[in-house]
Amino acid sequence: MNFLNSYIYYIGAFGLIFIGLYIILIKRNLIKVIIGLSILDTGINLFLIAIGYIKGGTAPIFEKSGIKIGRMVDPVPQALVLTAIVIGVAVLALALSLAIRLYHHYGTLNLRKIREQKW
Amino acid sequence: MRRVISVILLLIVALGITLCLLHIPFGVPKTKVGEHYLQKGKQETGATNIVTSVVVNYRGFDTLGEVTVLFVSAIGLSAVLASRRKKTAKEVEPASLVLFSGCRFLFPLILFLGAYIIVHGHLTPGGGFQGGAVIASAFLLIYLGCRGRGVSETKTKVTESLGGLVFVIVGLTGLAVGGHYFLSNFLPKGTLFSLFSAGIIPIIYIAIGFKVGSELAGIIGKLIEESE
Repeated sequence: MNFLNSYIYYIGAFGLIFIGLYIILIKRNLIKVIIGLSILDTGINLFLIAIGYIKGGTAPIFEKSGIKIGRMVDPVPQALVLTAIVIGVAVLALALSLAIRLYHHYGTLNLRKIREQKW
Repeated sequence: MRRVISVILLLIVALGITLCLLHIPFGVPKTKVGEHYLQKGKQETGATNIVTSVVVNYRGFDTLGEVTVLFVSAIGLSAVLASRRKKTAKEVEPASLVLFSGCRFLFPLILFLGAYIIVHGHLTPGGGFQGGAVIASAFLLIYLGCRGRGVSETKTKVTESLGGLVFVIVGLTGLAVGGHYFLSNFLPKGTLFSLFSAGIIPIIYIAIGFKVGSELAGIIGKLIEESE
């Protein structure tokens, strides 16, 4: 129980990452592969945030009433994830546009039927 | 067969990551630099939201790179979806009056919320990236609710170019006037907790907000145009 208590965020984040990787490796529909990519992205963001967490900490924003500095979480991973989320959306859109082009060219999204994408 | 190979591969990766993570404790401070930002950030940048001061001030150059990644992916999307065939103007069925009026009523309110989030980025949770995403969601509402309406591609391109240009110009001005590094603060920091404080941070966040909002709106518009 103690182990679960102290590692639950890591387990959750890597659970999402492995679900995403599994989908990318197994699924044959290109849209589903892109969904797996998005889940993987979410897992990595959650992992970075979990790294910066401090037990009992609050958001690193000062108020007029004043919170002690020792009770704030690490701001650096939050700043990195902040930009990574928006970039994730843009990369997802780029992947979807490539899927649209592939569909126009081959007439299918099944990766088994596209010879160049088969493995 | 493929499934078995994939599962074995994942298990190997999982084992390696577990062995690494067992030595990383959860919930304790890990970086010295984060501690420094929390201790000194308020005095050094004038922003009370430390995440914002990290994004725009301490790691502003990094953020410029990330904004460039966003720009490149938006350009890539336009390039991939640029169709050679002539667009036939399809007859779009107009939305019902309730939907149309509702969207037109909500659109300025969502824009207003986005602008509020952007300009208060150095005081409250929020900033250019979040506010830009909110503004893009307003355009998504217009694209879905009021069919046939939308913002032209040229306008989004001009807006995002201007946003990027303001970012770079403010950074270079800081290099020339303020100090010896890119994006150094050359404006007065003002008093803490007031809207006009923190020097160049609000200016840069407004530029980022315009850039992110117009880029995401452009991406949404391009994808919706492709689906019609």
